[in-house]
Amino acid sequence: MSKFQSSVGTRIPLVDGPEKVTGSGVYIEDMKFPGMLYARMVRATLSHGNVQAVDFSAAEKMDGYIGGLAPGEPGTGNRFGVLPISEDETALPAPRSLYSGAIVAAVACENERQARAAALAVKVKYEDLPPILRPKDALKKTDDPLHDRTVGGTNIHKSVEQEFGDVDPAFAKAAKVVETECTFDGINHGFTEPIGCIAVPEPNGRLSVYSATQVPHYLHRALAKVLEVPMHRIRVYKPLVGGGFGGKSDPFPHEMVAALLARKTGRPIKIIFDRDEVFLNNHGRHPTQYKLKMAADAEGNFLALDSDSLIDGGAWGSFGVVTTYYNGVLAQGPYRMPAIRYRGRRVYTNKPACGAMRGHGAVNARFNLECAVDEIAESLDMDPFDIRAQNALPPNTTTRNHLRITSTGFLECLEKTRLASRWDEKFRKLPKGRGIGLGCGFYISGSALPIHRTRTPQSTVHVKIDMDGGVTIHSMAADIGQGSDTMLAQCVSEAMGVQMDRCRVFAKDTDTAPLDLGSYSSRVTFMAGNAALRAGEAILAKLKRACGQLTGHPTSEFIRGPKETYVLRSDSSVSVSYMDALTEALADNGALVAKGIYRAPKLGGSFKGSGAGLSPSYSCQAFVAEVEVDEETGFIQVEKVWAAHDCGMALNRTTVEGQIEGSVHMGLGQALSEQMLFTSGGQLQNPSLLDYKILSTVDTPEIEAILVESNDPEGPLGAKECGEGALAPVIPAVANAVYDAVGIRLTEVPMTPERVLKALEKQKKEMALASS
Amino acid sequence: MNYHQRILKLNVNGHPKEILARDADTLLDVLRDGLGLTGSKRGCDLGTCGCCTVQVDGAPILSCLTLACEMEDKDIRTVEDLAQSNQLAPLQRCWSEAGASQCGFCSPGFLMTADALLREHPNPNREEIKKALAGNLCRCTGYVKILDAVEACAKQTQEQAV
Repeated sequence: MSKFQSSVGTRIPLVDGPEKVTGSGVYIEDMKFPGMLYARMVRATLSHGNVQAVDFSAAEKMDGYIGGLAPGEPGTGNRFGVLPISEDETALPAPRSLYSGAIVAAVACENERQARAAALAVKVKYEDLPPILRPKDALKKTDDPLHDRTVGGTNIHKSVEQEFGDVDPAFAKAAKVVETECTFDGINHGFTEPIGCIAVPEPNGRLSVYSATQVPHYLHRALAKVLEVPMHRIRVYKPLVGGGFGGKSDPFPHEMVAALLARKTGRPIKIIFDRDEVFLNNHGRHPTQYKLKMAADAEGNFLALDSDSLIDGGAWGSFGVVTTYYNGVLAQGPYRMPAIRYRGRRVYTNKPACGAMRGHGAVNARFNLECAVDEIAESLDMDPFDIRAQNALPPNTTTRNHLRITSTGFLECLEKTRLASRWDEKFRKLPKGRGIGLGCGFYISGSALPIHRTRTPQSTVHVKIDMDGGVTIHSMAADIGQGSDTMLAQCVSEAMGVQMDRCRVFAKDTDTAPLDLGSYSSRVTFMAGNAALRAGEAILAKLKRACGQLTGHPTSEFIRGPKETYVLRSDSSVSVSYMDALTEALADNGALVAKGIYRAPKLGGSFKGSGAGLSPSYSCQAFVAEVEVDEETGFIQVEKVWAAHDCGMALNRTTVEGQIEGSVHMGLGQALSEQMLFTSGGQLQNPSLLDYKILSTVDTPEIEAILVESNDPEGPLGAKECGEGALAPVIPAVANAVYDAVGIRLTEVPMTPERVLKALEKQKKEMALASS
Repeated sequence: MNYHQRILKLNVNGHPKEILARDADTLLDVLRDGLGLTGSKRGCDLGTCGCCTVQVDGAPILSCLTLACEMEDKDIRTVEDLAQSNQLAPLQRCWSEAGASQCGFCSPGFLMTADALLREHPNPNREEIKKALAGNLCRCTGYVKILDAVEACAKQTQEQAV
């Protein structure tokens, strides 16, 4: 029996489920405006060069050509970026073009076909510059860095060094020290809906920008900056978004191009990327080289962690400052780690930019850590579950690097996956070629520190009720398919004690919705959910006042009763229906409006970088993967994944499971087959869904999502994140299972058949050497 | 560039349609841009994602790889035709209830593939469902809820038939 009166804790369909299954839901490509033009991008053909001239003369003679946009035109060189501390993107090169496939100019025509032809007819003259493609080359001193703000005359974008506790003495006294060094290819979000936007000049001089974005607010800010107009002159509208996963969480050059072209031509401008352009826009997970050294005592207690990451950022900064921190800051949880040293460096190279992707910054580091923990466990003859349980962070504590831990269901995650996977019957006992492995994780429920220094709440939700009895909810929390609109309706309906079907959520339009920072950092349920509850409670207070007026009983004595009623706490026969209370409350008053806000508490230390990784709460996971390794082909078949995730409280069990299952699927893609491949000259080799291998139905194993509810004290109704943390653990779980199966430790991700065969070959040689 | 254009006579969702199209136009172009049936989605335009799947004479096909001019005299059915009189079809209801749509962009294509499967094989097992849907990519769900939805619909239909 749920402790909640509403749909909270049960299974409900998404509020926008019906429009998604009928095809009536409107995504950006489905939108049209009168007089709308279609713009196509002219893209760089070399990895690094100064744009010297753009010649539109052939395009201008073509059918339907209306206008073009070239470097040097007003606004095209104005800088923007999602992080105000690292704004280094421009709509068009100014004049440096930084990667093969970068946007260098644009054309607008009456229809899309004409625009494609016109874009091909544009001639660009470059001054060829030597590209920086390998991260190790980007570390070198240079007279001509790719951006003006880099570290010490190199192409290092961000450098982080942190040390907590006595690291060197801990290693000196350790009984066990394990070192790992792994490399990770870059990966792309692979959402099914290509990126796109429409910029519409309004007759009153304002500009509306419709975009498939996770961050309408940051887009709003960036547009104002690039166009050099006040924010109130711009409106951002988010239609249904066909997946994001971090790949729609930056303001992008094409959005600026659309806005600038709309201003220039006076007509609506539509841009929809082809699939290869989505890959070229990227902002996906960083290619990374990660070294880690870990110490434990003879009993298996973790003593220290020393790690070093070199992150290939590509052309722009994006969220990279945060990525650089997260690779170290989030690596140690959900374990006690008495001493931590971390060095992280993110470099600029002449490739598509990397940025935030599901599990941002925590995924690659996690692989090294979880593999190292297994190595320590093996060397001490301990079970991987036991060593992790022994080192688990307790609830209500602070990590050595000043992260405040409130709830943690980590031990329960471990217990539940151990049982469900029948671990004790299988580990080190399966026939050769078959193996089972454990991987765990730890992730933020929203970044406590806002990107912009401001005292404005991170989430505000408005609720309005009028005589029709419907509940109108306004928010700018950006539903990208994870179900945040449904979550908002659930929170308000729970707080007010009314049915879900009274609720209608409008979370699309910056003109009508109050500010919310958007869908990233796994923040929406925690922050917007809390704001929605507060808003619902504020409306409830007004309704209770009306109950008091109607009955003569004290307002404070009314509580939510069954079937949309409010009843007296001491005598439930005194009951007022929602509609009666509403009618009374509206009298002489009009529509009831209320708002709720959420702002994260002040957390953390005062050292440099202390804001990174701070969150009001953290999720944790324990996943087991069972695999079959074909030693002939090197192919890893994942048979099943058991995925226990502490989500605090499952507000909607269906969507929480869906987030975990989707995370596991995406993590398995990174583990097994997904990689962005580049030529030696820096051209992306596989910008299509044929060559970039996302797992299909037949490749995806059975996934058993196990929900653990630690009931977070500050989460909305106890909830915390479930959308991102569940990606990272599956990759080391597979690697540890491969070790159990065939005794090889893979250090390159994805773990492709070629790499498995290479490791098996090496193992064979080492065994031959040892026996000779 | 001049392309040959002519009036195509298409039978879409049970209705005859006449539409001016170029020989090079795909069925997806004509459905979305010509007829305003935007339920079928363009995810890649290369036949790699399955978001554009529609049914031609009952079989699922990739409309982004199909020339519209070859579709005359055939029955074309899109996601818009699944619900009748604004009532969700059983498969759509099961889909929504199972949580098989998250972002929803792949849903129309999946639904048209699954609908064709269930008409051909009213009681498929999970492996058969997986095989039938292998040409449709979903990046949100890990397919678990999608397979659940198809299974649930098949089960419901079987029970009603008994």
